[in-house]
Amino acid sequence: MRVGVITFPGTLDDVDAQRAVRYADGEAVPLWHGDHDLKGVDAVVVPGGFSYGDYLRCGAIARFAPVMQEVIEAANKGMPVLGICNGFQILAEAHLLPGALVRNHKLHFVCRDQWLSVENNTTAWTTRYDEKAEILVPLKSGEGGYQADQKTLDELEDNGRVVFRYVGENPNGSRNNIAGITNAKGNVVGLMPHPEHAIDALTGPTDDGLGMFLSLLDTVVKA
Amino acid sequence: MARVVVDVMPKPEILDPQGQAVANALPRLGFDGITAVRQGKHFELEVADDVDDATLAKIAETFLANPVIEDWTVRRVEA
Repeated sequence: MRVGVITFPGTLDDVDAQRAVRYADGEAVPLWHGDHDLKGVDAVVVPGGFSYGDYLRCGAIARFAPVMQEVIEAANKGMPVLGICNGFQILAEAHLLPGALVRNHKLHFVCRDQWLSVENNTTAWTTRYDEKAEILVPLKSGEGGYQADQKTLDELEDNGRVVFRYVGENPNGSRNNIAGITNAKGNVVGLMPHPEHAIDALTGPTDDGLGMFLSLLDTVVKA
Repeated sequence: MARVVVDVMPKPEILDPQGQAVANALPRLGFDGITAVRQGKHFELEVADDVDDATLAKIAETFLANPVIEDWTVRRVEA
């Protein structure tokens, strides 16, 4: 399994995402924002950070990076793509996922270990979890409030496209406590919390996040 | 060359915590009578004469604003 991990100027979590891929017995393939090809990878992780300094809007400039044109094309053909935090914002700006992420409702940057409920365990990235499993992974974001119009929310809810929901107090004002969503095909997933920081109890709160990368392994092996 | 102004504002139904924070600060600073504040972005573009309105609208809609959460207006002003 070869998994591309994109680095934009301002990306922070590419190294941890690469490490998570290796923990799941995958080969992490670094991709640069200026690349015009995906180097034959089986899947792509768009990691967290502050691409292009979050100028204009989070993800608004990264969306137009050369490598993202390749990611958009591959995702539309069914390649598994995971966007974490800033990566989720980028996938939303790129219209691979609906809605948008806005400033946290209480304006504070939130940095804490966060319980999530797995609402959909049929996506390319979540098959290793039991439905309604609760997992503990870090959340660290200032603009993590998920917003979409009512029609979009209804479509997400009616079709099981909410993948993760915050458990307990809503940390950022996300509508319907949404922490992560998927596209109609289930190959593209975006979430604000950081599974790649929770793959080993030595360095994270749990190893609950590793399941996402192991799920991908299953998806790629089956394909 | 012409100057073009693009104003981008959060949609009315989208929570604007930054605007609310400004509104909440005003009474503390002794400014009374301001009942609401919404915060947006203001862009000033220097534009060649052959750039048409459709192109400007496309710039605003696809890049300067995110229509999921923001409304935008484009207007040409005297430079």
